[in-house]
Parts: sequence; structure tokens; C-alpha cells
Amino acid sequence: MTKMGLWVNEHWVEVEPGPGEMLSDVLRYRLGLTGTKIACDEAECGTCTVLMDGEPILSCSIPAMKASGRRVVTIEGLAKNGNLHPLQQAFVNFGAVQCGFCIPGQIMTAAALIEGNPDPAESEIRDALKDTLCRCAGYPSIVRAVQAAARSLRTGEPVAQSELPEASTLVTVGRIVPRPDAVEKVNGSARFADDLTFPGMLYGRTLRAGVPHAILTALDVARAKALPGVRAVLTAEDIPGEHRHGLVIRDWPVLVGIGDKVRYVGDAVALVAADERRIAEAALALIETSYEPMETVTDPVRAREDGAPLVHETGNLLKHIQVRKGDVGRGFEQAEVILEDEYFTPTTEHAYMEPECSIARPVSGGRLEIYVGSQIPYSDRSQVAACLKMPVEKVRIIGTLIGGGFGGKEDIAGQIHAALLAKATDRPVKILYDRHESLLFHPKRHATRIRVRLGAMRDGRLVASATELYGDTGAYASLGEKVMTRATTHSSGPYVVPNVKADCYAMYTNNPPSGAFRGFGVTQSAFAVESTMDQLAERLGINPIELRSKNALRPGTVTNTGQILKESVGLMECIERVEAEVRRRAGADPFASRRVEGAPHLRRAWGFAVCYKNTGLGGGAPDKAAAEVELRQDGTAEVRTSSAEIGQGMVTVLQMIAAEELAMPLEAVQVLLSDTDLTPDGGPTTASRQTYVTGNAVRHASNVVRQAMAATLAEKYDVPPDSIRFVEGLAQVNGDRLPFGEVVSLMKAEGREPRATYEYWAPTTQALGTGGDMHFAYSFAAQAAEIEVDLDTGEVSVRCVIAANDVGRVINPLGLQGQIEGGVMMGLGNALTEEFIVEDGRVFSDRLARYRMPSIVHTPEIVSLVVEHPTSEGPYGAKGVGEISSIPTTPAITNALYNACGVRARRLPVDQDWLARELAQMQAKA
Amino acid sequence: MTSWEHYVRPGSLDEALTILAEGDGSARVIAGGTDLLLDIQQGRHPPVTTLVDITGIPEMLAIAAAGDEIYLGSAVTHTTIVHDPLLNENTLCLIEACGLIGGPQVRNVATIGGNVAHALPAGDGTIALLALQAQAQIASAHGRRWMDLEELFVGPGQASFDRSREILVGFRFKKRGPDEQTGFRRIMRPQGVAIAILNMAIWFRGSNETGIEDIRMAIGPAGPRPLRARRTEAILRGRKLSDDVIAQATEALLGEARLRTSPHRATVEYRRHLTGVLLRRTLAAATGQDTPTPVAVGG
Ligand SMILES: Cc1cc2nc3c(=O)[nH]c(=O)nc-3n(C[C@H](O)[C@H](O)[C@H](O)COP(=O)(O)OP(=O)(O)OC[C@H]3O[C@@H](n4cnc5c(N)ncnc54)[C@H](O)[C@@H]3O)c2cc1C
Ligand code: FES
Ligand code: FES
Repeated sequence: MTKMGLWVNEHWVEVEPGPGEMLSDVLRYRLGLTGTKIACDEAECGTCTVLMDGEPILSCSIPAMKASGRRVVTIEGLAKNGNLHPLQQAFVNFGAVQCGFCIPGQIMTAAALIEGNPDPAESEIRDALKDTLCRCAGYPSIVRAVQAAARSLRTGEPVAQSELPEASTLVTVGRIVPRPDAVEKVNGSARFADDLTFPGMLYGRTLRAGVPHAILTALDVARAKALPGVRAVLTAEDIPGEHRHGLVIRDWPVLVGIGDKVRYVGDAVALVAADERRIAEAALALIETSYEPMETVTDPVRAREDGAPLVHETGNLLKHIQVRKGDVGRGFEQAEVILEDEYFTPTTEHAYMEPECSIARPVSGGRLEIYVGSQIPYSDRSQVAACLKMPVEKVRIIGTLIGGGFGGKEDIAGQIHAALLAKATDRPVKILYDRHESLLFHPKRHATRIRVRLGAMRDGRLVASATELYGDTGAYASLGEKVMTRATTHSSGPYVVPNVKADCYAMYTNNPPSGAFRGFGVTQSAFAVESTMDQLAERLGINPIELRSKNALRPGTVTNTGQILKESVGLMECIERVEAEVRRRAGADPFASRRVEGAPHLRRAWGFAVCYKNTGLGGGAPDKAAAEVELRQDGTAEVRTSSAEIGQGMVTVLQMIAAEELAMPLEAVQVLLSDTDLTPDGGPTTASRQTYVTGNAVRHASNVVRQAMAATLAEKYDVPPDSIRFVEGLAQVNGDRLPFGEVVSLMKAEGREPRATYEYWAPTTQALGTGGDMHFAYSFAAQAAEIEVDLDTGEVSVRCVIAANDVGRVINPLGLQGQIEGGVMMGLGNALTEEFIVEDGRVFSDRLARYRMPSIVHTPEIVSLVVEHPTSEGPYGAKGVGEISSIPTTPAITNALYNACGVRARRLPVDQDWLARELAQMQAKA
Repeated sequence: MTSWEHYVRPGSLDEALTILAEGDGSARVIAGGTDLLLDIQQGRHPPVTTLVDITGIPEMLAIAAAGDEIYLGSAVTHTTIVHDPLLNENTLCLIEACGLIGGPQVRNVATIGGNVAHALPAGDGTIALLALQAQAQIASAHGRRWMDLEELFVGPGQASFDRSREILVGFRFKKRGPDEQTGFRRIMRPQGVAIAILNMAIWFRGSNETGIEDIRMAIGPAGPRPLRARRTEAILRGRKLSDDVIAQATEALLGEARLRTSPHRATVEYRRHLTGVLLRRTLAAATGQDTPTPVAVGG
């Protein structure tokens, strides 16, 4: 080892890097500068960017010794004298920060850009940030922020504010407010799970099977145990309690035991805890295993055939899901036009920038604390407790910040494993997955095969719809049944169809499991039905927008599961607003293929699609959330609930709701999330439900507190409670103005708690097949996309997306903007680039470089049109936002592609290789 | 997994060569490390005991004109190349190629020498240098030698010099003469694996009036080694560009390029289809002429 010195944020430091040590290791682990994040560790994502002698470089891939004598600046070194750098301020002001994990890299890369180029054009910003990925994908906001920062640096004026229109007539709700955690996310002080360390902490690693289907016949850990620095090696025999976990069905082995079956390559076989991560890794290589391979089944259609290899003893069918309405046979007889087609969607990957990390820590009283960024903390608690055979009260889940989830952090990752190792060693144990392991192991979006048959009258009225879906749920159930149910119930689109039959087979295979992913099945079925609708429009000679308007769900209509929609159906307004905007830009015939002046190989056209998506769990599942609100002596309030902030802006929404209800300044409200000792259960962060369900819990809890304040004051001043006014943190009573802090003292004096817990139960829903209300609310959306296709190379780019979303009521316009930009970008990736490739059960896409996702370079202009058709039970009328924004983008793009060049995409993603060959064939025929 | 034990950053070529010699096969040159470290980390490279960082050796960082030639040190980064006035004046194809590599973070450390020494059939900088008919200087314990760049490649990832004992010092190539122009184009997939589906560089002398007096063309990946497309050059030399001439050239190029399918990246059919497209585009770029692509597909 050699000593070296370098300047870090203007301090000279000396270190002795070990073998293989990178600059990021020095920064994060030796110097504690955890603002520099590691997302891929393979030079692919830009998250770890720092400046070296003023130039941005990837600290994860720079040997520490290379920095010897150089000047390194990290995100922590950007703020001067406690003032944020203009870039940091601009990222806050413009809502460019969502989960925040990529943000240090974005800011450092941008800092080098504007240092050398004080007035960068948008194209230059895109060039500079081209390899700095943000999966929350607020790319347009990032561009705005960089420009605003550059302007401020040039002019010396303060950084501008977002110019988004505010939305509302209420006091706080609807205002532009930056996220409360934005500052810590831009200055590098935000702590994600891997940023935490504890004295004596060990590092855990997991041995994965690496074979898709086999019996584990032998397992020998003796050599691994003997390696110096190894503190524990655990196998299935060491699990004291339940051997399986699972969100719905406990079918997923914590560790595969000898004689048991491996069902996918990511199955865990053994665990190691060691003094160093490096040692733990070396120990894994010393564990000896042998497997008796079995025939694999990796296609859901094959999985349903007789004689297919069985993934589970109970058979390969996880669930046959059925939707029935009217009489489809008669419907198709009646139909004047019938159109049928088949579509394929691939497995896709969440690729949240923060890989999974759990730390388990034994504490006094035989308790275990688990630090983890999880979407369902209470479920983590019960699953950990069951496997460790501990009472649930002995397990405390402490939520850390979460660097993106998108549905992929609902299942158990390393929580149980870390807990087992911590129990065995009586030391804190951190299990951090590298990107490779994360890709191998965690549940994805279901690959599907969807056959759609639509029957219509000549005037365009739909009369029948029959759909058959196959969903690949992989080796374990995860949320597969729920996801595929949503795919099925939404499979005939947001239309009135009198006769419907849909059958879905959610199948087990030997692929990595599939579970929740933004869009929750509807992403897939919306692609199928919206592609078919465009084909139907062409066949009937009707404008695609008109065809959709003719059949669109409206208040008073009945969905295909038999639900009468009573209110909050803004689909028609979404359609009309998008149509008006498209026509304003593209004239009377936006769907015609257009040539591009001076570039004869290019064609452009618009495409259109609509969708709807439930808010909340629905289907008869009790959907509830609890929240606690407490006023404190210092006049501030704290909101507590266990719902996850995965970047979507939950903290801001809850803060705003409490501020609104308690009539307090926003800054006086703090939100504490996800600590199972301190925060009541908010339920899962899934199904776009948190604003509605937990938002309502906070709203009601706040009201209870407010009423208690009023009651105290009414007694003291002897006035009727409703004569008391609350404004900006002051109570106005009889001409007096009391700060809330004083009201709290009064309440305490008379033994009244300035605190309330409220458990909110969302309206009851009905199970599928029973008719009635399957969901308590739906969001609606319409989108138009303009694409450009290169007829020579098959390359497709998206120029513009116009997105109208009926979200009931806008609570936080800045947060909504981020959700819409990010949603559109995910839809774009789903259409054009993303595919998690698995070959015969073996993962090809096992590095980030092998998973193509869109970057800032692929970002179109995104125009957001907000539609507000309030739902009466939602907080101020709000319903879900997180998923709806993403769903129609894919079919809008593939429909645009057809309009531009005449090729219909039935298989996602649209592959440039395939498209170029299709185009060449068409040309040959012509 | 430990990727290396020792890391040294010698200040002279001799010192670097001595360390390599002492390593007796277990030492390895690292420049930017953007290829090497991933190869080691992902198990595509045999274990390395000592990394010899050559980015502090002055002569390997130089860019200089000498008579009608330009010398380019192998440890020059892509960023430096892209901003260098001499190179901008003389070798547009190299500027275009290096400017497309990675993002700024990669270009700030990745070097032209690393791009060449990695010996992939389609390194962007490599293809540009090939069209410039560059020569490469190799230093070993026994002395230095110049070789034609083409001779440096043996197979995919394999070089004709011993990368555990020898060092690629730099390149030399001719300055741009009258009526000479160059261009580089590539066709990529969005994001992910950073290797071109097909790339091409062209050096060209001629004009609208005289047609193509002389031409050099390199293409990748079109075989185990980066390809100088000599048969295609011969077809084009002395001709004026027309649809017919380009069609003949495309045919020749398809004849000498050994295209194949790379799983999940490009099929051989796609590459064959792109060959003509890329030839047209690169020719247009290099000659400054507009060569419209015939299209007959409508919506
Ligand atoms: C995100 C990303 C994007 C990329 N995009 C592209 C792209 O678009 N196009 C492209 O062509 N490449 C791309 N690359 C690959 C790579 O960056 C380039 O090939 C780069 O030029 C390699 O240079 P380096 O200095 O980093 O080489 P290193 O990794 O340091 O070295 C590569 C190999 O060459 C040897 N070597 C290096 N220098 C010498 C020398 N002077 N003498 C002897 N042996 C030497 C090393 O031992 C090693 O075997 C990308 C890489 C990444 C990580
Ligand atoms: S590039 Fe370094 S973490 Fe991704
Ligand atoms: S904010 Fe960029 S990844 Fe979440």
C-alpha cells in the first residue's frame, strides 16, 4: 500500500488506499463524504460524478491513486459559507429533485459545464448530461434548473423560481412548494441506507444459485467459515422461523436448503457476514454447491401446457383471472367490424438508481432495528419477525430515504438476510446489493402476451371485447396476481363496452419474479388495446380521437367490471384538451405522415392514446392508512405515518395537507415517515394510493387536532367553537391572537392531548366478479406523441408529448410536474428501448450497460395539461397521479410510428434493427 | 474481488518499461481505465498485480506538428483531442469520433491510446485513425519501433504488441493537404453498451470537378480487426460520386466487410442494410456533398 495525498473540497487529506480501491471508496468510506452516491459501479450512470481538477469524472471507476495530488470537489464542497451554490438552489426551486439519488452527479456534471460555458444552450446541457442518468427522469426540470443557475451566475441575481402556474384557491394546497428534503438532497447531506454505518458493523453478502431450475444437492460452507474475517455463514438450517416470505403468498424461500428446489437464478443459497465487504465476497467463492439441474420453463404460454416442467408442486398457474360482462358471443355477432391482434411486451426493470440496502442492528431488549428504504415497512416488519421467530414488536423498521422504487421495493430484499446475520453475530450487518445482484434478484414488470379482439358497429360504437392475457410472473408470486388482475380489468380500455370477456393466466416460470411496477399491469394491456383501437379507427375510416370520444367512459357509464362511475371521470376533458393542443400545433391532420425539409429519410407524425388507472388497492381489499398529527409546544406540528417517500413527493403532499387543515405555515409542519415504532401504518406505497388514503388520514387527524384546539379555546374564552379562527399558526379568538404554542400549553394544562391518530378507511370496494365498485376512484389520461423515424436506420425519436391527466385535484404542482415528466420518460423507455433480457432463465441484462433506458438525450418536449375532476372522498378531490402519467405514452408512440411509416409495432420495445428491416421489406414490395 | 495490488504512476517511459519488465507479465498499462477496469471487474481480464498508469509521461501527452506530420501522444484524452486546434484544423474525422465517445466524464479520462490498444474492431477513435493512415509507435525494453496502425490488430481485443511488456507511445499521421477532407459517422443504439452497431471514417482528396482523386476508408465492426476497406477504396478512386458509383461501392464494401450478428445488439441483416446507408452518410460528411438517400416508403 502506498500513501497518497489529495485535495478534497479544498482540504489536503492523506490516505492509504488498499488494493483495488477507487476514488469513490476513499470519499465515501474513508472520508465519510457520502454525498457521492454509487448507483452502478460500472461507469454507466454518472451518479458518482465528482470534479477532478475542475473536470467531471466517474469516481466509481477512477483508481484512488489517480487522484493523487489532484483537486477533487464533491457535492459537499459546492456550497460556500453555508449558501447553496446557484445550481443547488435551482434544482430545489425547479423541482428537479425527486428521489435525489442521482442529483449529486447531475449537479457536479452541470457545475463543470457552466463553469466553462456561462450560457449553455439546451443542446449543450443535453450533451453534458447525456450519460448522467435520472430514473425519476425529471430531465426537463433539470434543464430548466441548469439554465436558471447559469443565468443567476451570469447576472448575479438570485436564482429564479419555477414559473409553473399555481393551481388552487386554498391556502397551501395547490401552491408551488419545494420538497422539504430537497436541500439535503442537493447539498449531499441526505442519508440513504448505504450512507449509514454503525460501530462494529459487518458486511453481508448473499450467494445466489445462478441456475434457473435445479435441486440443491450439496452445500459446504466449511471453507468459507474458516476464512479469516468471516463472522458467520448461514444456510437454510439456520433460519429459526418461517422459511419462506412473500407479500401475498409466502412462496419465496429465504434460503434454499439442501434437497430443496431452486426456481430462478437469483434464489439465495447462503449468507456470509464478514469484517469487510471484500472478505465476504471472497468467502462466497469458497462455498461449495452442487445442483441437479431440471428442465426449465421460461415462457408463460408453455408453462400452461400439459407436461410443462412444474415450477411449484401446486402447478404453474398462479391465477386464472376472469372478467365477464354481457354476452360476448352475441356482441361479436352483432358487430359489423371485428378486429383482432396479438401483442408482446417484455420483462422490464425498474432500474431505480439506488440499489437495495438493508442494515440490521441488534439493540437492547432483544430487539432488532432494520434500516431500509422500503415501500411497505409494516410488511417488512411482519415478514422479518416471522422468519426470525420474533414477536413483531421486537422488530423495528426504520425507513431511510429511498433512491427510487417504482414498485420494485415492495418485496423483501435483504431485510430478512441482514436480520438473520445480525442475530447470529450480535453485530450490526449491512447488506448492500451491487447493481449486478439487484438486476438478478428483484421482481420486474411482467412480460405479457395479449390477444385483443374488438367488435364495433360501423359508426364506431364498441359492442364487444374479448381479451386473452398471459403474464409471466416468474419464479414467485410477489404481487403477480394483483398486477395481472389490473392488467385484465383494464384490458378493454377506458371505454363503454357492453359485452366483455377477458381471461388472464398469470403463470409461474423459471424467470426472475415479476411484481409491482409503475402502471401495475395496465401499462401492458393499455398498449394492446390502444394499438387495436387505432387499427379499428383506420379500418372504420374514423379519426382515432373521434373513435375514442365515441366510446369514452363518462359519469354514469359502466366499466367492464360492472362498476357505475358516479363522478370524477375527466376522460373527455383530457381527450379534448390534448386534441385542441395537437391541432393547434399540427393543424387539421396531425396523424398524417410528414416529410422533413432537407432530410428525405425522415418522417414525422403524431399518435394518440388514452387510459385509466385505479387509485387504491380495490377489489375488496380493505384499504386503510393511519396517521398521527401532533402539535408541539414550539408551535410546530409533526405528522407521522409509515408511507414511503420514493421520490414521488409524499412528504410534501402530507406536509401541505396538514398545513392546510391546521392553518399553519408550511415550514412549521414536519413529516416523519416509516418508523414502525413511531409512525402508524400507512399501508403499502403502491397503486397510486398514498395521496388519497394516507392523505385523508392526515387530513382527518389534523382536523381532530384542530377541533381539540377549538374546544379548549371555546371553554377558556367561553365562545362558541366555530367563532374561533385559525390563520397562519395563530388562533384568533375574541380579538386575541394566540400562537399555536400557547394553545398547546392550554390544552396540556387541562389534560388534553394536542395530538390525534386517525385511521382512515377508504370506501369499501367489491371483489372482481361481484359487480359493484371494484375501485373507489380512477384517474384518466390522454396523450399525443409526435415522433420522428429515420427510414434508413430504423431509429425513432420522440419530439413532443402532450399529456393531459385527470388527477382530481392538484395538491402540489411541482411534484405533479415531476411525476408527469418522469412517467412520460418511463413510458418512452418502455416503447423504444427497455427490455430486461433473460435467456432460458439466465439473465443477459445483468449490468446496467445491458439495460437500455432513456437519458436526457431522448427527452422530448413534455406539455402537461392538468385536468381536475375532483373525487368527493379524496383529499380536496385528489386521486392517484404516480402511474397514470406513464401508461398512455407507449401506445401514443407506437401509434405515431405507424402513422409516420406504416409499420405497426406488436412487440415492445420497438427495435431499430427490426424496424429498419421491416421498412426495407416494405420498400422492396412497393 | 481484488482487482489489483499495486498502482504506480511513473514519470518517464523508461521507468514504466522497467516496472512492466519487473512485473513479468503480471503488470499492465492503465491509461483512463475505462475499458480495462470494467474488464477486470467483470472477469474478462486475467488478474493484474500491478497497474502502471502512463498518464503522467510527458511525451505521451503531447500533440505536436512536425513538418507535414502530426504527432499525437497515446495518453491524450478524448476531451483534449476534441478541443485541440491543430487536430480540429487537420483531422475532423478524429474530432467527430472522439467527441462521440461516452459522456464528458468518460472523455475526460479515456485516451486515444486506450481506444486503440483495447483492439476492438469498432473503437471509434481507432477507426478514425485508420482512415488517417496513422502509424503507431511501440516502445519496449529493446527500443522503439513505428508500425502501420493496421498491423497493430490481431483479433478482437488482441494486439500484435505485448501489452504486459510494451507501451504504445503515440501516433503520427499526415496533416491535411489541399482538397483533403475527412469525416466520421456511426450508427448506435440509444444508451447502454457503448459500441457502435457500425462506424466508418473516410479520408478523401478531390473536389466536385475532379471527383475522388484518392480515398481511404475504415469500417467497424466488420471482421475480427478494424477494417481498412481497400477494395471499396479502389472502386471509388478516380470516380465522381453518383448513385450508381455508390451502389457499386456498397457492393464492394459488403464483399470485403465480414459482418456478423452480435446477440442483442445487431443482426447481420441489419448491418448489411446499414452498410450502404452509412457509406452514403460518411461520404456526404467527408466530401461535404449532399448525397440524398432514395426513399420510397410512405405512411
Ligand atoms: C460509459 C462508456 C462509454 C464508452 N463509449 C465509447 C464509445 O462511444 N466509443 C468507443 O470507441 N469506446 C467507448 N468506450 C470505451 C472506452 O472508453 C474507450 O475505448 C477509451 O478510449 C479507452 O481508453 P482508456 O484510456 O480508458 O483505456 P484503458 O481502459 O486504460 O486501456 C484499455 C486497454 O489498453 C491498454 N492500454 C491503454 N493504453 C495503453 C498504452 N499506451 N500502451 C499499451 N497498452 C495500453 C490497457 O492495458 C488495456 O488493455 C466507452 C466506455 C465507457 C465506460
Ligand atoms: S457511473 Fe459510477 S456509479 Fe454509475
Ligand atoms: S431524482 Fe434522479 S434518480 Fe431519482
